[in-house]
Amino acid sequence: MSDLLVKIRGLKLEGRSDETWNPIINGVDLDLHKGEVLGLIGESGAGKSTLGLAAMGFCRDGVRISEGTVEFDGIDLIKASAAVKRDLLGKRIAYVAQSAAASFNPAHQLIEQHVEAPVQHGVRGKSESAEDGIELYRKLRLPNPDEIGFRYPHQVSGGQLQRAMTAMAMACRPDLIIFDEPTTALDVTTQIEVLAAIREIVEEFNTAAIYITHDLAVVAQMADQIKVLLKGDEVETSDTRSMLSAPKEDYTKSLWAVRSFERPLKAPVVAGATPVVSIRNVDAAYGKVPVLHDVSFDMHEGRTVAVVGESGSGKSTTARCITGLLPPTSGEILFDGQPLPSDYRKRNKDQLRQAQMIYQMADTALNPRVSVGNIIARPVQFYSGLSGKELRKRVDHLMDQIELPADQYYNRLPSELSGGQKQRIGIARALAADPKFIICDEVTSALDQLVAEGILRLLARLQDELSLSYMFITHDLATVRAIADEVVVMKDGRVVEQGPKQEMFQPPHHPYTDLLLSSVPEMDPDWLSNLLAERGVDNIGDAASEKI
Amino acid sequence: MIWFIFALIVMAGLAWCLRYAGQLASGNAPMFRDMSFGVAFGYVLGIVILVWLAWAYTQALSDDPAVANKFFFLKAAIEWFIIFAIAAFAFKMFGQYVGTDGSRKLFRSMPLTASFGLLTILVYIIVAIFAGVIAPYGQDEILQGVAANVVAGGDPALGGDPNYPLGTDQIGRDILSRLIYGAQNTVGIAFVTTLLAFFLGGTFGFLAAVLGGWLDQVLSRMVDVLMAIPSLIFALLLMTIASVWANQWGIPLTYFMIVIIAVIDSTRVYRLARAVGQNIVVMDYIEAAKLRGEGLVYLMFKEILPNATAPLLAEFGLRFCFVFLTIAALSFLGVGIQPPLADWGTMVRDLAGFINYAQFAPSAAVTPLLAAGAIALLTVAVNFVVDWMLHKSSGLKE
Repeated sequence: MSDLLVKIRGLKLEGRSDETWNPIINGVDLDLHKGEVLGLIGESGAGKSTLGLAAMGFCRDGVRISEGTVEFDGIDLIKASAAVKRDLLGKRIAYVAQSAAASFNPAHQLIEQHVEAPVQHGVRGKSESAEDGIELYRKLRLPNPDEIGFRYPHQVSGGQLQRAMTAMAMACRPDLIIFDEPTTALDVTTQIEVLAAIREIVEEFNTAAIYITHDLAVVAQMADQIKVLLKGDEVETSDTRSMLSAPKEDYTKSLWAVRSFERPLKAPVVAGATPVVSIRNVDAAYGKVPVLHDVSFDMHEGRTVAVVGESGSGKSTTARCITGLLPPTSGEILFDGQPLPSDYRKRNKDQLRQAQMIYQMADTALNPRVSVGNIIARPVQFYSGLSGKELRKRVDHLMDQIELPADQYYNRLPSELSGGQKQRIGIARALAADPKFIICDEVTSALDQLVAEGILRLLARLQDELSLSYMFITHDLATVRAIADEVVVMKDGRVVEQGPKQEMFQPPHHPYTDLLLSSVPEMDPDWLSNLLAERGVDNIGDAASEKI
Repeated sequence: MIWFIFALIVMAGLAWCLRYAGQLASGNAPMFRDMSFGVAFGYVLGIVILVWLAWAYTQALSDDPAVANKFFFLKAAIEWFIIFAIAAFAFKMFGQYVGTDGSRKLFRSMPLTASFGLLTILVYIIVAIFAGVIAPYGQDEILQGVAANVVAGGDPALGGDPNYPLGTDQIGRDILSRLIYGAQNTVGIAFVTTLLAFFLGGTFGFLAAVLGGWLDQVLSRMVDVLMAIPSLIFALLLMTIASVWANQWGIPLTYFMIVIIAVIDSTRVYRLARAVGQNIVVMDYIEAAKLRGEGLVYLMFKEILPNATAPLLAEFGLRFCFVFLTIAALSFLGVGIQPPLADWGTMVRDLAGFINYAQFAPSAAVTPLLAAGAIALLTVAVNFVVDWMLHKSSGLKE
C-alpha cells in the first residue's frame, strides 16, 4: 500500500550489560499505515519501549541496532544522517513519555515548552504556536485552556500534565506519535479522561500512533491493531477485535485469562466476633493538614479487607495509623479488642510482631546489601530468639512457603531476583514474624499481570493455611474482585462506602463507587465509546469526581 | 597575537579538510558524516599538541645545554608518563591472569588510570611498611664525610655522587632514605587521621539522619560553624595552642595534629554521611526495621552503613588526599610533623630554594621537587581510584 508510514523489517536490537551485547529484540516486523493506531503489549522486559523508540530511529544509551531496517515514509532511519533525523524528530515524529511530570522541565511554563518544537522546526512563529497550543488545550478539554499554559508543571495535576504533553507532541501535527505507557501512572478515574482525549485528537488529525502499554483493556480502547511481544519476539499481530475475541497463541490466551482469578465467597462473619483489628473513628493529620476524617472499619480473622480509592484518598495513611508511624489525632485502634498505643515506639515487641506490612515497591522494601536468607532470618531471630540450626530450619520452611527453595535462593541478593520473587521475599519477611494481621500496600501494582496473579494466589493460599487477616490497599478493582471479602471505598480521607464484596459490586452504589467501577477499562473495544455516549464527555474522570 | 589568530585559522581550515577527507575516504561513514565541526577542530588541536610535544622532546636531546635545559622537565615528564603507562598496563595484565575469578574480572573491566592508581598506592604502602628495610640510611642520619647538597642523578661531573642517587639535603642527609621514611610518616599519619575523621563524621552523620529533629539541628549548626572557618587557618590556630599543651603535658604534638585535623575534616564527612543517610532512611526497609522494633545501633550499622559504603569509600579516598595535603602544608609551615622525622612537606620547604636554579642546572632543582612529586603522584593515584570506584558504584556502565 502506498500509505505505509512505518515499515520495520527483521529488526534486531542488542543491549549492553556485563561487557557483552545481549539481544533485546530478535527480528520483529512492523507495518503502520497513515492514521492507524498500533498497540504494543507485553510484560516488562518484553522490549516494547525499545521497539517503540527504534521506530523513531532512536536507541537509548547502551542499545544498538544490529540488523534490520526501519523506514519512515520511505526514509531509512538507520542510515539517515543526524541532520535528517533532527529534521524529522519533533516535526513528523513525536514521543509521549510515561511520566509527564519527569518529562517537563519544571523551570519553564507549559506553553514555553510547547512552542519550542514548532519554532525550532520553523513550522510556525512563536505567538502563532502559542495560540495553536491554546487551541490544542481546548481540544484536549483541559480546564481553563486560555491560561493553563502559563502555569508551571508542578501547578497542574498528573492527568492534565499528560494531556499537555500530548498537546505538545501534536504541536507540529506529526504523522506519527509514540505513546509510551501514557496512563500507567494515573488513577483509573484520571486515566479515562486522558484516554478519551488522546483517542479523540489522534482521530481528528488522522495521526498514526504506536501505543505502548501492558494493560490489555486500555489497548483494546485505543488500537486498531495489536502486536503482542514476549522477550523480544513477536507472539502475534492482528486487528483488535479478532485479537480479543479469538487470540491464537497460548501466551496471548494466558494474558487474557489472568483476570479470571477469583476466590470463592466466604461465609459471613459470625455476629459478635471480636475483630482482629478495629479502627474506631480515626482522624489523622500531616502537620496541620487533616488527611483522615472519622475512619472506622473492622478486619476479621482469616478475611481480606480491600481498601480502594484514588491516590490521595488516605488509603496508605490509614495503614500508617495502624502501624503507628503516624499517630492519629483522635480515635483509637483496637487489636483483638485491646487498644494499641498510637505510636509504634510505645508498642511492645509482641504488639509489633502481630501486625506486619508488605510494601508496594519490593526494590525499596528489601535492603539491597543483605542476602535474602538474612532478610528473612532477622525477624525470626529478633522475635523468637532462635539461632543456629533451628533458625535456619525456620527460614527454610518460610522460603518453602513462598515457593523459593532455600538451597537456591538463600545466599542471593535482592538485585539478583525478579520483581515477583522480590515481592515473595517481602511476604516471607512479614510471615517470619508469625503475625495475625498483614497490611498489603499495593503489593501487585508494580508487577506484570501474570506475576501479580501468582502473588495473589500465594497470598490467598497463605491466608487459608495460617488464617491471616489482610488489609489489602489497592487502586485496581480487578485485584479487589479477585481477593477481597470486604471492600472499603475511600475518598478524600473519608470512608464513602463499605460492605461485603458481593454487595459492593452490585448496584445500588454510592455515586463515587459507581464512578470508580465504571472507570475501569474493560476488554471490550467499544467500552470507551459506549461509556462516553452514556455519561457524556464532561461526566467522566476528575471532573465527575469533583462533583461528588 | 597575529600569529595566534593565524594559527587558529589554519587549524580551523585543517579541521574542515580532515572532516571532508574522512567523509570521502570512509564513504560517508556515520562517524565522519555526523561529526560536528567542534569535534573535528578538537582532533586537529590534539594532533598539533602531539606534534609540538614530539618536537620539544627532540629539542631536549640537543647538544646545546641552553636549549636542552629549557626542555629538561618536559622530557622527564614525557618519559615518566610513558613508563607509568607501561607499568600500569603491565599491572593490569598481571591482574588479569593472577588471582581469584572475581579479582580477574575486576581487572578486565578496570580502566588504565585505575590500574595506575592501584599500582601506585600499592607501591606506597609497601614502601611505607618496609621503610626500615628498604632505606639505605636512617631518616635522621647525618652522613659523616659527605658533602651537603649533593645533586641528584649520581653524576660526579654535575656535582652528584653515585652512592646517593637522589643526592643529600642541606645538612647532609640522604634524600632517598628521607623520601622513603617520609612515606611512612606522612602517609601513615594521614591514614590514621582520615580513619578518625570518618569514625566521628560517619557516626554523628548517621545519628542525625536517623533521629532528625533537634539533635540534627544542633549537630548540623555546630558543623556549620566549624566549616565557616577556613580550615587551614583554623588548623594553624589550634596547632599553635596545642604546641603549648604538648610541652606542658609531654604529649607529642603529632597526636594533637591528628585529632585537630580529624575533627576539622570530620565536618565534611558528617555532611556526606547525613545526606546519604537521609536518602536511605526514607526507604521502606528502614521503616520495616523500625516497625520491627530494632534499636538505633542496628539501624545505623546494619541497615544504613552497608548501603552508604560506596559514597563513603569514595569520599574516604578524596578526604585522605586532603588530609595528606593539609599535613604536608602544616609541615611546610613548620607546625606539622616535627624534625628530625622525615616528612615530605618539610622536605619541600627545606629545599625550596633550589627551584631557582631550574633554568641553569635542572638536576639541582630536582631535589625539592622529588618530595613534591611524591605528594602529587599519590594524590593523583588516589583520585584515579576514587573516580573509578564512584563510576562503579553509580552503576553508570558505558
